[in-house]
Amino acid sequence: MISFVNVSKRYPDGFEALKNVAFTIHPGELVLLTGHSGAGKSTMLKLIAAIERPTYGSIMVSDQNINALKKNAIPFLRRSLGLIFQDQKILYDRTVFANVMLPLQIRSFEKKTAAGRVRAALDKVGLLGKENAYPVTLSGGEKQRLCIARAVVHRPSILIADEPTANLDVDYAQSIMEVFRSFHQVGVTVLIATHDTSLLNDTRYRTLTLNQGKLVV
Amino acid sequence: MNSWLSQHWQALSQTLRQLVNTPLSSLLSIVVIGIAFSLPLGIYTLLGNLQTISEDVVKMPQLSLFLKLNATQADIENINSQLEEFPSIASFQFISKEIALQQLQQESGLADIASNLISNPLPDAFIINTQQISPDDLENIRTTIKKWPEIAHVQVDTDWARRLDALLRLGQLAVLMLAVLLSFALIIVVFNTIRLQILTKRDEIEVSKLIGATDSYIQRPFLYFGAIQGIAGAAAAWFFIALSIQTINESLIELTQLYATDFHLSHLSLQDSLSLLVFSALLGWLGARLSVAQHLSHIEPE
Ligand SMILES: Nc1ncnc2c1ncn2[C@@H]1O[C@H](COP(=O)(O)OP(=O)(O)OP(=O)(O)O)[C@@H](O)[C@H]1O
Ligand SMILES: [Mg+2]
Repeated sequence: MISFVNVSKRYPDGFEALKNVAFTIHPGELVLLTGHSGAGKSTMLKLIAAIERPTYGSIMVSDQNINALKKNAIPFLRRSLGLIFQDQKILYDRTVFANVMLPLQIRSFEKKTAAGRVRAALDKVGLLGKENAYPVTLSGGEKQRLCIARAVVHRPSILIADEPTANLDVDYAQSIMEVFRSFHQVGVTVLIATHDTSLLNDTRYRTLTLNQGKLVV
Repeated sequence: MNSWLSQHWQALSQTLRQLVNTPLSSLLSIVVIGIAFSLPLGIYTLLGNLQTISEDVVKMPQLSLFLKLNATQADIENINSQLEEFPSIASFQFISKEIALQQLQQESGLADIASNLISNPLPDAFIINTQQISPDDLENIRTTIKKWPEIAHVQVDTDWARRLDALLRLGQLAVLMLAVLLSFALIIVVFNTIRLQILTKRDEIEVSKLIGATDSYIQRPFLYFGAIQGIAGAAAAWFFIALSIQTINESLIELTQLYATDFHLSHLSLQDSLSLLVFSALLGWLGARLSVAQHLSHIEPE
């Protein structure tokens, strides 16, 4: 489903954030990605969504070669993914409902169907009562759940989350992890970057570890 | 098709919402465009009105043929028969010096002067209506008749209309140049409004790109906005002109009653008005297109 072959990423300032990284994630897998701060976790996730382009190597996502992707094909790659960003990217000038509506809006979904889907996604993350609230009024955990709802509302086959439990206490983190598990159970491929040890202790799942941009085996 | 339509409908409603949400700045730029456009538009309308007058006059060319003061009855009859055989003359009328004097006396204000004259200073004259002919042919007739004996002077009464016509054409050129200049102004105004809009919507654009919005989806509301701004500006200009014409016509009523004519200014024709709207929509769209090309590419998600 996702595979990296000898991928390196050098940023324009010359810093090499990923060095010769190779791995494969199979369809329906739930994989955790960990490593110290600055190890290159976010860089790796950005390469999958073509937010950054690799300097060397090749990346395949759902049988698409990301290297060869033309600029006007990138939106369609991103539509097949559900993305949760480390800096959340919530729009604070609109309600929770409108934020979650965004992915459906850019696909020109019919209004009624879309509203139904938004409510279903909010229900899934336990935010249904807050649909008319503005994001500033949400707690940290609620904001994270808003991001999850926005990432899954269009029912992607791959879910990619960057630090979804950052700054949350253990109970909150577990409840959010529970949401990811439920998506994994219905066949969604899930990749979560985290350095939350309470998640990493769960030995059911494969863990990829980055150290200074290199994958630790 | 259905989804294509709904995409455009979505962009349009988003644009209209934007207009309503920022009423002051929207109104301001529409009024600015309106004022800029009403200048060439006003002159154009005025020229159009003057042109109908000059065209009416040019369409019925008239020559005045003045005889020498010592012309005899035989000369008059001679000229009369020559005119009867002359091609491209529709009709003519003889006005003797006595009748001319009478007419002069009847005109108010001049009666005193006329009755104080010792002898009649006026010449015999013919007024000639030609068929519809080109200005060159008219000029030929004039020079031919001028060479006849006992003719003192041949005057083409449409000369002033032709000069006016030439002047109007010059005016039209000036309007065209002004319109081109102000079209650039419209493009710049729209360019700048869209630039500001893109700046304020930076986050939304970035997030939209991240979750897979296509460039054309992101551009669409801005392009609509530009086109609508152009149309609204042109409509404002049209309205300003309508208001001015209304005002001028009201004060013209008094004047025309005095002269017993029915002259009034008319607004742009339907066709001209529609062209104006379409043209300014295109200009607005172009301004938005340029702005979007310039500013959207700078917003790359990271
Ligand atoms: N746009 C950029 N330009 C230059 N260097 C960058 C850029 N983005 C990231 N880096 C560098 O690349 C390295 C890896 O960054 P990355 O964000 O992938 O780390 P991370 O593993 O996600 O860290 P964290 O756990 O703190 O989020 C860091 O040293 C960072 O400074
Ligand atoms: Mg990171």
